[in-house]
Order: sequence, then structure tokens, then C-alpha cells
Amino acid sequence: MQDLKLKAAEKRGAHQLGGDNLVGWDEVTQGIVLTSFDGDATGVSHKKAEERNYSDFNSYTATVASWRVMKPVFNIDVCIDCQNCWVWCPDSSILSRDKQMLGIDYDHCKGCEVCVEVCPTNPKSLLMFSEYEDLGNALASWPEKKKKEKK
Amino acid sequence: MAITSIKNLKEFSTNNDRFEGAHTLCPGCAHSMIVRELMNCTDDNLVVSSNTGCLEVSTAVYPFTSWDTSWIHIGFENAATSVSAAQVMHKVRKKKGTLKDNDAPVKFVAFGGDGSTYDIGFQWLSGAFERQHDFTYICLDNENYANTGGQRSSATPIGATTSTSVAGTHSYGKKEKKKDIVSIMAAHGAPYVAQLSPNKWKMMAKGFQKALEAEGPCFINTVSPCCTEWKFEPKDTIAITDLAVDSLMFPMYEIIDGHELNILYRPKNILKVEDYLGAQGRYKHLFKPEYKHIIEKIQSDIDEDWARLQRREEARV
Repeated sequence: MQDLKLKAAEKRGAHQLGGDNLVGWDEVTQGIVLTSFDGDATGVSHKKAEERNYSDFNSYTATVASWRVMKPVFNIDVCIDCQNCWVWCPDSSILSRDKQMLGIDYDHCKGCEVCVEVCPTNPKSLLMFSEYEDLGNALASWPEKKKKEKK
Repeated sequence: MAITSIKNLKEFSTNNDRFEGAHTLCPGCAHSMIVRELMNCTDDNLVVSSNTGCLEVSTAVYPFTSWDTSWIHIGFENAATSVSAAQVMHKVRKKKGTLKDNDAPVKFVAFGGDGSTYDIGFQWLSGAFERQHDFTYICLDNENYANTGGQRSSATPIGATTSTSVAGTHSYGKKEKKKDIVSIMAAHGAPYVAQLSPNKWKMMAKGFQKALEAEGPCFINTVSPCCTEWKFEPKDTIAITDLAVDSLMFPMYEIIDGHELNILYRPKNILKVEDYLGAQGRYKHLFKPEYKHIIEKIQSDIDEDWARLQRREEARV
């Protein structure tokens, strides 16, 4: 029986991958635990992101900025703080504190453009620009208020 | 239970997110909108369990986790089972007084995709509902097995092309109707069962809070457009849910105690189903002249379902 097992392992190339040191099914470490926070995590729902003690395992410490081709740019002069972008952002990347929209978390934004679509202002207070566009240039080229089209 | 204020969006936005970014869901995925909304609905501690699916694989990419709450994943089918076990353990330890904080309120939530809810995990879900565990099950219904490449599931509606029901010269896509999961779960006698949509954030938040508050198993089916498999631009996620709700493809309603049906949203102008189908690539073939009768069939099915819902609301059965 043992020989059969080894032969099968050789066939699959497990030998080269260190298959000689295979552990039994009951010796395998079962499951894994990742801790989201370092230390005590009591009352985390009452703490803002900047007050929390994130551990290295928390994806808050990771970034997906490289996924982006276009980035949303936020214009605070037009914004009415309706928070539509906050509620519908799939990546928790809208920074909103004390009922005010402050900006975009570019570490976690994937550039899906949902925030731009749900923005109700005229002109929109969030617009998509190329990832390499300078922030000042983007804000300078903001469109003027559009007149309502007569139906 | 400490529910948070959902009076208006500004107050709702003062909540602190407990679902972190940098998960690997596709850009514009509605899954994370729904999950974030649920976790912002309450201040209580949460114990969350996930079935295998897009949500599970993308929020727990080793060595990262996106969950700021307790989160369990075991197998494809058993989010309902594992969360009900956790709930029983919490109950017993509370009785014995061996918890760190005995009075801290805890809510139990399970997430599943439509594949693991309608098909693979159905037996486990049904069992947990029969045992009357106190938890909320949320189905993120994107109408296919999006995690493994868009195979058909029993949630896929008639006429949709998927990688295992491909539309072509001899086929118009999936031939069978979608399972009516909401009625099935309501037939378990659950205290709160609903179908909700993320574009109506307030109704959805209200529904989540009702489900979390209710004692006993609650089921919520949410429409979660999948830009990859439904084939539309990521930015249109909310627009697609608007169309789905306004064309009554996904009517929003709740069933309390298995018999008291309330329609939550009646669209002012009911859209033709063509508007919803035309916005997605997976229904493109239906607009060929030879498959026109399928669109008519979908429309007549929707009209029938809507009439049935209204009759059930009146009759309270």
C-alpha cells in the first residue's frame, strides 16, 4: 500500500516538490486564524479607521491601487455632502467624517466609476481622470454648470 | 440591540466601516455594497460566516482578511450550519457565564451567493431554518456561479447565456425558470423573509435591521449585479439595479411569519423588461427576431408574478 502511494506521488511530481516529507491527514494544521487587529478589538464599531490598531493581516494595510487605469477626482467646491458615493462605494474608499465628504482613499479605490455615476450635482463633483493626471490640472479643467435641456 | 440611525444618508454615513477595502472583488461589484450596508446597520458585535463564493475568496486572500468582525469559512455549502453552531455555542457560554463580556450583544449573519443558496447549500440552509436558530442569512444573488467562470445556477433566469447554457443558433440560453427562493424560505415559517435591492439603500437597511432584530432565522435575497458575467460596464451597477427593480424583474417585498406579504416598493412607471434585458450583454441574443417570443414570455411571467404578489398582499395568506 505504501509503495503504491509513493509511486502515485512520483507520477504527480510530488517527489521534486518535497513530497518525501508528506504528513498524514491527521497531522495537517487545521484551518488558519488571521487577526484583524493587534491587541484588544473591543468596541471597534465605535472607532474611526484612524483610531484603530490594524494588524498586518488586515486588508486595510494592503493596496489595490495598481488595478486602476482611471481615477476619480473629487471637487470639494461642488460637493453637497449627500453621501451617495459613500453608501454605494464598493471598496470603502470614500473618506467621510462627521457627515462631510473629505476625499478618496486612493489605496483602496479600484476606479470602478460608481461614485461618479451616483453623484447628483451639476456639474458632477466627482469625475474620472487618467491615473497620471495631475490633481491641480484636473481641478482646473472642471466643466461648467450645464443648462437643463428643454424637453 | 444597538441599531444605527438610517434616517438619512448623512446620519448613516457617520458609521465606521467594518468591511475594509483592498479585497479583490471586481471593480463595481455589488456584493461589497450589500455587505458594507449590513455591517453599518448595527453597532453590535457580529459573527459572520460565508459560503464559498466570490465574497469568500476575495475577502480572505491569504495573508489578508477584509473583515473587522469574527468571520468563519468552512465549506461551500455550510455558512448556515457554521453560524448556527456558533450561535448555539454563544447561547450556552452565555448561560454558563464563561464569555469575556457576558452582556455584549452579538448578531449572527451568514452570507451566501446564489449558487450556494439555491443549489449546493440549500439542504443545510433549510435545516438551520427548521432548527430555528437566531441568525440572518443573506443571499447575494448574481444569478450564476460567477466565482468559477459563470456557470448556470438555478437562480439564472430564462434566456440568459452562461458558460454552461450558451446561446447560439440552436439555443437561446437557459431554458428553465428561476427558482422562487423567497417563497420557499417563507414556507419554512421564518419570522422575516424579504427580497431587497442595493439601489434603494434605505429600504435595504430597514430590512436588514428588521432581520437582525427579529428572533429566529431570517432570510434576505438581494440582487447583486455582476458586471463580469452580466456583461455591462462596472459603473452601471446601480443603474442596472434601478432597471431590475423598476421593470419588476426583482420586485422588492417582505414576508413576515410566512404569510403577511408586504410589497415594499411600487415603481411609479413600470418599465418594459426590454430596458432591463437590453442593458446587459448576456441577453443580447434575445433581440434577434427568432428569439422575440422569449422576451414576450419573460414579460408575461413578470406580469403574472406581480399580479400574484399583489393578490397575496391583499389576501394575507
